[in-house]
Amino acid sequence: MQAGLPPKPRAAVVRDALGVGTAVGLSGFAFGVTSAGAGLTVVQTCVLSLFVFTGASQFALVGALGTGGNPLAAAAGALLLGVRNAFYGLRLSQLLGLPAAVRPLAAQWVIDETSAVALAQPDRRLARLGFTVTGVSLYAGWNITTFLGALGATALGDPAAWGLDAAGPAVFLALLLPMLRARSSSAASAAFPRHEAAVAVLAVVLALAVVPFVPVGVPVLVAVLAAPAVLAASRLLSRRSPRGGR
Amino acid sequence: MVWVAIVVTAAGCYAVKLLGLSVPAAVLERPLVRRLAALVPIAALAALIALQTFADGRTLVVDARAAGLAAAAVALLLRAPFLVIVAVAVVVTAAVRALTG
Repeated sequence: MQAGLPPKPRAAVVRDALGVGTAVGLSGFAFGVTSAGAGLTVVQTCVLSLFVFTGASQFALVGALGTGGNPLAAAAGALLLGVRNAFYGLRLSQLLGLPAAVRPLAAQWVIDETSAVALAQPDRRLARLGFTVTGVSLYAGWNITTFLGALGATALGDPAAWGLDAAGPAVFLALLLPMLRARSSSAASAAFPRHEAAVAVLAVVLALAVVPFVPVGVPVLVAVLAAPAVLAASRLLSRRSPRGGR
Repeated sequence: MVWVAIVVTAAGCYAVKLLGLSVPAAVLERPLVRRLAALVPIAALAALIALQTFADGRTLVVDARAAGLAAAAVALLLRAPFLVIVAVAVVVTAAVRALTG
């Protein structure tokens, strides 16, 4: 417990968790519209939200499928975006102390928002509460609005005429910018300055450069090499000039 | 084939989540692994933004989507809510497409 602070009431945790859950749950509408616009059926769209349940991966998958990408390459791109959930799970398992029997159920809710709410709580009891309430409200909201979005898009007809093909990139941009900002100011990245921006720029260059030469869906896999490439380059540079390698 | 992609993605994403909850901390706590895990989504997101804005199959184009993305960036910098950012991108793309035929 943090000394000097009043104990955080359960009601405040529930209110925060519900707020995050419903706000993000609403963006399922954007996913439903985008997925249907990419040519997936309403059933396929809803199955994705029910069983994948991690937004960035879902947007990546339907974006790749919609442009005629190879299904396995599309799935690989989506999985790369899902890898971060393993690290949330790692931190949550220590924080929540879940019994082995509950873990397979709780796993499906291990995503950006539930982790953010749970990790912000001062103790295990409130962390469990925050994780559960965010998980329930987000899962319900995300799936209901996915269904409504997919139905709505089907009724709209040609998605390109409505500009719906721009929804995916806008969602990714909204996810990416906070990652670049948060990292550049955190203590953990003080030892690795500006890596995030360098990785983002190199990934864009790599992806666009290989578009004419490889099958659709593969450029994103090539672009991911930007991450190890930037880390390796920065190690080489810091070895060469120890003072510049802060 | 769409169903293959859906099943593979669902199974893989669930496995990754369960893995994090289940493995001993020491496996994933290495600094290099943590660093890569933070940077890989950044690379993937940045590439997807570029590809879904400027790629049309296997050719590169600048069309209405670029205007939509630029508008979304402005909305983001003005701290607009998530849904507003997406709506701005969609509306501007549709408007530019309608005006340019």
